[in-house]
Amino acid sequence: MANMSLEKIKMPEQAPDVRNKNFEEVAMGYTAEMAMEEATRCLNCKHKPCVSGCPVNVRIPEFIAEVAKGDFMAAYKIITSTNALPAVCGRVCPQESQCESKCVRAIKGEAVAIGRLERFVADWYMANCDEMPEKPAQNGKKVAVIGSGPSSLACAGDLAKAGYAVTIFEAFHTAGGVLVYGIPEFRLPKAIVQKEIDKLSAMGVEVMTNMVIGKVLSIDEIIDDMGYDAVFIGTGAGLPSFMGIPGEALVGVYSANEYLTRINLMKAYISDYDTPIRHSKAVAVVGGGNVAMDAARCAKRMGAEKVYIVYRRSEKEMPARLEEIHHAKEEGIEFHLLRNPVKILDDGNGQVCGIECLKMELGEPDASGRRRPVPVEGSNYVIDVDTVVMSIGTSPNPLIRSTTKGLETNRKGCLVVNEETNQTTREGVYAGGDAVTGAATVILAMGAGKKAAAAIDEYLKNK
Amino acid sequence: MFRIVNKKELNSAVTLLEIEAPFVAKKAKAGQFIIFRVDEFSERVPLTIADYDREKGTVTIIFQKVGLSTKLLAAKEVGDSIRDFVGPLGVATEYDGFKKVAVVGGGVGCAIAYPQAKALHELGVEVDVIAGFRNKEIVILEDEMSAVSDNYYLMTDDGTKGEKGFVTDKLKSLIEAGNQYDAVIAIGPIPMMKFVSLTTKPYGIKTIVSLNPIMIDGTGMCGGCRVTVGGEIKFACVDGPDFDGHQVDFDELMNRNSVYKKEEADLAEKHICRMDKMAHDLIH
Ligand SMILES: Cc1cc2nc3c(=O)[nH]c(=O)nc-3n(C[C@H](O)[C@H](O)[C@H](O)COP(=O)(O)OP(=O)(O)OC[C@H]3O[C@@H](n4cnc5c(N)ncnc54)[C@H](O)[C@@H]3O)c2cc1C
Ligand SMILES: Cc1cc2nc3c(=O)[nH]c(=O)nc-3n(C[C@H](O)[C@H](O)[C@H](O)COP(=O)(O)OP(=O)(O)OC[C@H]3O[C@@H](n4cnc5c(N)ncnc54)[C@H](O)[C@@H]3O)c2cc1C
Ligand code: SF4
Ligand code: SF4
Ligand code: FES
Ligand SMILES: [Mg+2]
Repeated sequence: MANMSLEKIKMPEQAPDVRNKNFEEVAMGYTAEMAMEEATRCLNCKHKPCVSGCPVNVRIPEFIAEVAKGDFMAAYKIITSTNALPAVCGRVCPQESQCESKCVRAIKGEAVAIGRLERFVADWYMANCDEMPEKPAQNGKKVAVIGSGPSSLACAGDLAKAGYAVTIFEAFHTAGGVLVYGIPEFRLPKAIVQKEIDKLSAMGVEVMTNMVIGKVLSIDEIIDDMGYDAVFIGTGAGLPSFMGIPGEALVGVYSANEYLTRINLMKAYISDYDTPIRHSKAVAVVGGGNVAMDAARCAKRMGAEKVYIVYRRSEKEMPARLEEIHHAKEEGIEFHLLRNPVKILDDGNGQVCGIECLKMELGEPDASGRRRPVPVEGSNYVIDVDTVVMSIGTSPNPLIRSTTKGLETNRKGCLVVNEETNQTTREGVYAGGDAVTGAATVILAMGAGKKAAAAIDEYLKNK
Repeated sequence: MFRIVNKKELNSAVTLLEIEAPFVAKKAKAGQFIIFRVDEFSERVPLTIADYDREKGTVTIIFQKVGLSTKLLAAKEVGDSIRDFVGPLGVATEYDGFKKVAVVGGGVGCAIAYPQAKALHELGVEVDVIAGFRNKEIVILEDEMSAVSDNYYLMTDDGTKGEKGFVTDKLKSLIEAGNQYDAVIAIGPIPMMKFVSLTTKPYGIKTIVSLNPIMIDGTGMCGGCRVTVGGEIKFACVDGPDFDGHQVDFDELMNRNSVYKKEEADLAEKHICRMDKMAHDLIH
């Protein structure tokens, strides 16, 4: 008999007023007992609606049935047959709009905690089966993977398993993409990402950091001079946007990318590191996505007394994961919704002293189907802050497309690919993740990397 | 890891290092820069490529010890390695159609100006170099600059070497004397670049400045290096670092560069502990 509780087993978490002062993980994960109990809430539905909600079709009821039995190893094998990064996805997938949104248990009560169970299984594996993979027999062909975010890690992993000699070329000094420079430690411990990279190394994948492709080497040199048989481009969407309002050049205005990179990649929160960062008292973060929540929660942890989210639509339209919005509120972040910044104020010495906002109302739905915010004339007001973090979106960096002939991009600068194979407009050159879709999700990037790996294998087998 | 193969102290504050970095050496061009990190705990710091040797696979950097990171780098010896060294970054300087150019360098800016003068000279362009320093103690690259210029003018603020006066005085008198420059390339402290640009503006001489905003990635992903040029936001690491001096908002750049003054001073304190630890690690 299934467990008919309407609620998920609660996830143990650090208390809000404790965790908003440290960078340790907020959610601490299920114990084996909790996981087995939660697993019994799954009805093992024949038509498996949850599976269709997962972009990589994790065989959800099958793995959950193994968790219920306590056979975590079997559960792990089922998950990893389609998902290369379960410890990551279990933590950061927007489950409420993916797998869990389709769960029949959500019709009345809460969905089965699919994400939490996935995380549990992955963490259990990491803690108990510390075996490193072996280097597979080589097939003599070489593939270059550009970037080291989730799309690249998944692509490199599958290609390495198939016997290709894979080299990852990463621009930064540390591999991992947004998983290391963007998403903070308290949501995704960097040791988990490093473990994935170590596994790739054990399989023979070479990771070359400090390699800005388009500058240090071009795609053509990689193919023609270095003899790589195929290339995968997983360079993400890292180019930050600014609003173009007065005051954005003042001292104290950051892009979310800069702010998060200083904190996460360059560890400004650990005193052993030399990374300077502004010691803010009051911070306004402009935007409503995961990036904005991360920046706001980092600002709080860096010691800011007041942290505000300024978002021009209402909470319902916020693209951030529900859990992050919830956690941010618990941690004391204040939300100014339906507010649009029009100006950043100068204290007279070139430093930020406030942000002037305009109130907004929801009007008619726009092209995205969301009701368009329209400004309320004369409703301007000022929030006193010394720091502003712009988190209003990013787009693909032009470095590769501007230095590679024959790579078509769309109006937004995203690489154009064949949907079946993820091949770009150049033979032998594939792409996936945010570089193709624009800023999206880890799971979509991971899925694209796997799809491209399969297509590259097919292409090289027949070449 | 990137190994140091040569080291010279050019004056008490300026150090030259030649570093093994074959990928950088292969592509480097005048006007481009690298970003280094000394070790795992270091920040990312940009420095101009002062010279390179494609055959040996080495790159030369010349830098002033101003704070923690440059001091940590200067403490490294021949045979030591540093953790990260990435480049060449930025757009190489364009010299299209130049016949005669004045290269103006201020202080350690001469290290950045030197590869430009050298590249122009090798292209057969007539090069006048005006190098300015506070006093004779800190003059650097005198022989090197002389070797790649048709005329080398050395200026010191206090007149202890060369002529007494500012580089702008010299530049103005050369222009007034009838020298027809197709371009002036000015590299040095921000106020110097600003005043050179103001000097050349009435004459309508194209003026190229090399901007040094605070950088992190150097690839266009953080926007920390943004500068306002002709009223538009530019990312100096990918759109520059060279820009039209008549269009640059120098005051804004000055202000932005001061962002971490306090943190940098605190870090300089910490520097002493770091140096002790490095010495300790060397012994053990
Ligand atoms: C702060 C933040 C929080 C997020 N939170 C979530 C979340 O909770 N859930 C979720 O699903 N998604 C989240 N996302 C989105 C998710 O992280 C991305 O969609 C995903 O990482 C994209 O993966 P990718 O492989 O395409 O590229 P990225 O992860 O962007 O990695 C690209 C890599 O390529 C490198 N690179 C770029 N250009 C070059 C070049 N020319 N040469 C060499 N290397 C290069 C970059 O340095 C980077 O390491 C978040 C994003 C951010 C920024
Ligand atoms: C494209 C470029 C090329 C440069 N080339 C040279 C060169 O060839 N030789 C040379 O001596 N200097 C050069 N600089 C300046 C050099 O980067 C700074 O002197 C150095 O970062 C100081 O770091 P620090 O930790 O030693 O000192 P700090 O005490 O931390 O800083 C001193 C000052 O240096 C500047 N600075 C600090 N951090 C950075 C950073 N991450 N990026 C840029 N500037 C920063 C700020 O104005 C700061 O106030 C260049 C800068 C740029 C942007
Ligand atoms: S990968 Fe993401 S969407 Fe798929 S089942 Fe796991 S948590 Fe859900
Ligand atoms: S829809 Fe929900 S209850 Fe049904 S199989 Fe999927 S997870 Fe289990
Ligand atoms: S240094 Fe980050 S965009 Fe230029
Ligand atoms: Mg510094």
